[in-house]
Amino acid sequence: MAHAGTLEINNLSKQFRVKGQSLDVLDNISLSIKPGEFISIVGASGCGKSTLLRLVIGLENDYQGEILLDGKRVVGTSLERGIVFQEHRLFPWLTVAQNVSLGLLNADLPEREKDRSVQEHIELVGLKGFEGAYPYQLSGGMSQRVAIARALVNRPEVLLLDEPFGALDALTRNHLQQELQRIWEQEGITAILVTHDVDEAVYLGDRVVIMEPRPGRIKRTVDVPLPRPRDRGSYAFAAIKDDVLAEFADTPPVALVTPPQTVSDWQFAW
Amino acid sequence: MTASNNADLRRLLRGVTLPALLLAWWWAAFRFGWTEAVLVVPIEKVWDTAVRMSSTGVLWQSLGASLARDLAGFALGSLAGFALGIALGLSRLLENLVGPTLHTIKQISLFAWIPLISVWFGLGDTAKVIFLSLAAFFPVALNTFEGIRSVPRELIEVGRVFALSPGQMLRRVVLPAALPSIFNGVHLALIYAWLATLGAEYLLTSGIGIGNLLTDGREHLWMDQVLLGIVMVGLVGFGLNLAATRIETRLLRWRGNSTGQY
Repeated sequence: MAHAGTLEINNLSKQFRVKGQSLDVLDNISLSIKPGEFISIVGASGCGKSTLLRLVIGLENDYQGEILLDGKRVVGTSLERGIVFQEHRLFPWLTVAQNVSLGLLNADLPEREKDRSVQEHIELVGLKGFEGAYPYQLSGGMSQRVAIARALVNRPEVLLLDEPFGALDALTRNHLQQELQRIWEQEGITAILVTHDVDEAVYLGDRVVIMEPRPGRIKRTVDVPLPRPRDRGSYAFAAIKDDVLAEFADTPPVALVTPPQTVSDWQFAW
Repeated sequence: MTASNNADLRRLLRGVTLPALLLAWWWAAFRFGWTEAVLVVPIEKVWDTAVRMSSTGVLWQSLGASLARDLAGFALGSLAGFALGIALGLSRLLENLVGPTLHTIKQISLFAWIPLISVWFGLGDTAKVIFLSLAAFFPVALNTFEGIRSVPRELIEVGRVFALSPGQMLRRVVLPAALPSIFNGVHLALIYAWLATLGAEYLLTSGIGIGNLLTDGREHLWMDQVLLGIVMVGLVGFGLNLAATRIETRLLRWRGNSTGQY
């Protein structure tokens, strides 16, 4: 089991310079994530949720506020934080096994350990038998699974997922959400998922963080105290999903039609 | 014989059909007296000349000399081009310093260098190899530079996420991603170098080679020798191209059937 990290984001703010002007992308984001927790972040396009992940993973470094992993300030990229992007970003010239072992390139382990870990993780994502395949031979869903294996192989403390299933068809997406749920439970790491799909967010998250755009702020956090694996058809699931969706609606929810009170109110058809 | 072997054989036969028809027509033209031209010779005469020159060793010496110069110039030019291409691709400063000059010089027609080269290096082997290196240098340098600059940023970010050192980044991400472009440049360099070999032998006339066979033949109106020379040039060009394509397919197997799908 990997060691699950504690992630603290305190008063995080970021601006981009666009055409000489400063654009607020994130405004005073504060989030406290317990070890082993699964956080879903939902928001419309442009609310800065991808930027938030890029700051946590260390690909962007110019910000105000602090990002702490296990109490230590996050500086640049590190093997302790892993990420799965929206595109699979596999190296086309490497096989599946070679792509996954890229995650262990700079890890301090003996060769045999590395090979075993690579094999384990390929089986974990359900791709046993495809170790020697090249990315051009894989489907979109399979490639994304390899990307997940690659991100997990060096046992990071935090796994970030930036709309990982956005580029896939609905059936594959559904299937991979279940797979991700199973993998997360098995590995026991902290996970942060960014998505625009509310169904996905509620299905996978312990908490759903709702972000609003321009500038990116946290609007609300909704708890999802449902047992796993979640039943998408259950009333409780639908209620929480509606609760989250209501934050994005422009019109108020439609009230139920009340039945007429007296006989004289009835209208006969003839 | 497997199905794919059958398909390959069929493709080979189709490719050979046109040359075979041309040769047959050439043979028939003399055999049936369709022409009595002096400026073309019967195909049998070309074959006899080939056999004669082969047995005296002249054919192989000329071929060997041309090929040796070709490969030497190709190797030298390619290595230099590769080194410069990488340097320019990795360093913006260097690109700003050297780039404009390079892009201007590449426009100068290769043959414009001949007077300068012949004055500085004479007409012998050294001058020819330098000329060939120039021919090979530019495609490799420019394509390598382009390849390194076009490495997708997404893959570089993956390298950063996995804490790759700059050396690892170059060896494991940048160079493999740039390889299709680099190989394109090398393939072009191979073609240009062989073309330039002939040109070099025409213009820098001292020494032996296929080009010299052609010019001698022209001077003495030995059309059989001229036509033989042309056939040799074509065969070598074909052989080099075939070798390059085979190697490229092998090395770039991972592209599958699509191109540029990152």
